[in-house]
Amino acid sequence: MNHIAVDERGYYGEFGGAFIPEMLYPNVEELKNCYLDIMHDPDFEREFRSLLKDYVGRPSPLYLAERLSEHFKTNIYLKREDLNHTGAHKINNTIGQILLAKRLGKQRIIAETGAGQHGVATATVCALMGIECIVYMGVVDIKRQAPNVARMKMLGAEVRPATSGSQTLKDATNEAIRDWINNPEDTHYIIGSVVGPHPYPDMVARFQSVISEEMKWQLEEHTGKQSPDLIIACVGGGSNAAGAYYHYLNEKNVRLIAVEAAGLGVHSGESAATSVLGTKGIIHGSRTLLMQTPDGQIIEPYSISAGLDYPGIGPLHAHLISSGRAEAVSVTDEEALKAGFFLAKKEGIIPALESAHAFSALHKIDYRREDVIVVCLSGRGDKDLETYIRYLEGGVPADSLGSAETI
Amino acid sequence: MNRLTHLFSKKQEDLLNIYFTAGYPNLEDTGTLVLALEKAGVDLIEVGIPYSDPLADGPTIQESGQIALKNGMNLALLLKQISIVRQNTEIPLILMGYFNQVMQYGVERFVQDSVKAGVDGVILPDLPLYEYEQFYRSIFEEAGLQISFLMTPQTSPERIRKIDQLTSGFIYMVSSSAITGGKKDISEQQLAYFDRISNMQLSHPRLIGFGISNHETFATACKYANGAIIGSAFIRALAGSENIEQTCLQFVKMIKEEEQCLNFKENKSGLI
Repeated sequence: MNHIAVDERGYYGEFGGAFIPEMLYPNVEELKNCYLDIMHDPDFEREFRSLLKDYVGRPSPLYLAERLSEHFKTNIYLKREDLNHTGAHKINNTIGQILLAKRLGKQRIIAETGAGQHGVATATVCALMGIECIVYMGVVDIKRQAPNVARMKMLGAEVRPATSGSQTLKDATNEAIRDWINNPEDTHYIIGSVVGPHPYPDMVARFQSVISEEMKWQLEEHTGKQSPDLIIACVGGGSNAAGAYYHYLNEKNVRLIAVEAAGLGVHSGESAATSVLGTKGIIHGSRTLLMQTPDGQIIEPYSISAGLDYPGIGPLHAHLISSGRAEAVSVTDEEALKAGFFLAKKEGIIPALESAHAFSALHKIDYRREDVIVVCLSGRGDKDLETYIRYLEGGVPADSLGSAETI
Repeated sequence: MNRLTHLFSKKQEDLLNIYFTAGYPNLEDTGTLVLALEKAGVDLIEVGIPYSDPLADGPTIQESGQIALKNGMNLALLLKQISIVRQNTEIPLILMGYFNQVMQYGVERFVQDSVKAGVDGVILPDLPLYEYEQFYRSIFEEAGLQISFLMTPQTSPERIRKIDQLTSGFIYMVSSSAITGGKKDISEQQLAYFDRISNMQLSHPRLIGFGISNHETFATACKYANGAIIGSAFIRALAGSENIEQTCLQFVKMIKEEEQCLNFKENKSGLI
């Protein structure tokens, strides 16, 4: 296995690049030329670290889930990104990007959001820095994620409905990109995942890499070894997975499991399992795997989890999966819901539906009794309570959900 | 000779390029629109391949694309329609689309089939200069399919030279920092940009696009470049048109002559 990193043109193998209209070129070029210098600047580093510690609450714990381990007859550790301020890993990236935007002299922030988690994380850091914030969100998502819309507004952000196309995450992203085209000088676009034109996938992966950086010393404390045998993370665009894999990408003994949302079933026509259903193409400025028609029209995906409901996948993950470095696993809505209830009963933790997908993968992969497995618990489930309750009331006995046999 | 090259060899001023989305308003309108626009006095025509996610376009063009896709338009069908209308016209035709559509069709196959159908040039706004130069330039040049690259007010002089070098048809000058279908007036700042580019003595003709919607903006663009491109304003005129030929005629008159412009506006408002 070759060293896995982005090359100077922004490619991971054959995936990545910057397929953008000329109108975006100066902005993206500026970012490309500056991001590494800024991130390596000691002042930046100090400010970023101090906010992660005192504001976000890092390091996030690495917790040995004993009852879960006992059930699955192995050793399962949870990386508790759900305990971060705002309830998910998303804020690691928004803290990094807002500090970068300040150094680039930008006075206006735009972002896209699907479920609203990245929108809330962006609105939060904009409030913290006193910078104007506009979040694009599909009309359909605004309706189904009302509490997060309210949170963003309370934090002082303007939530602009994306009315074009299918009115969900992909269209919110299109609208944010259009806003950036119209405001090329004063605005920074905070993308929420490891997607978009280079340098975004690499930059976001670096900001999220704090997850695996902490895992190294935390695992050493727990097990005496810095490396686990497996890392399991859910992948929509793939930012929490990129962060959890980052410092292990070149350790080929560490198995990387990428869990995608299969919706109602991989081949049901209502799915977001991009690595299975996707073909090579371009989405949001990146050459990657995406769900599209033979004519290249982008297909609207489906998952019960709004955070995994994306027709593409970050170019890093397209490369990892295509090259065999990462193993892709698909988990349906129902399997994820059951895993969410199971984790709640076994460990007293209600996971976000996205993260619940990652837990369900434990049923689908091989592992040994002595393996050390880290599951990235990317977010907390408060935002999904309504969906969980609806499922519970849908005639599935609560007891069966908590019992081992039904999962 | 490539029809674009031929056009530019005999006319360098006031070139009018009208854009329409293929498959809009109806699936089979492509041929009618091409012939009607030619008859109305348009110099070259840009035909948009409808796309689900047109990043550089505003709501007017995106909506027309969605309707066209619903009508069943696709690249293969469009090329067939063009090859049929090509038997009756020599007007230069340019295809505009996003690179993913071309990738899925196959770049080589796209270039060859386009030339075979009678297409003279293409505009692919999200195909980067670097990718084109490294991987695709020879395919386009061998087939004689011209390609226009975009420049904007923020494009650096070195990059403008590069664009001039790689462009093989005309340079697409984006009038301002905006998506298509934007503002109405042309500002002092834009005029300074137009002036600056005029003075660079580029080797390719320049057409100004984005925000050109009426006689006044067209005339201003023509003062500073070889002509202009109108898209969203024409799509808006097509919406609800009962007679495509009549709409094309009226629209082109409105663009070329100020009085007609007022009449057209009155007619339009009379309908509302």
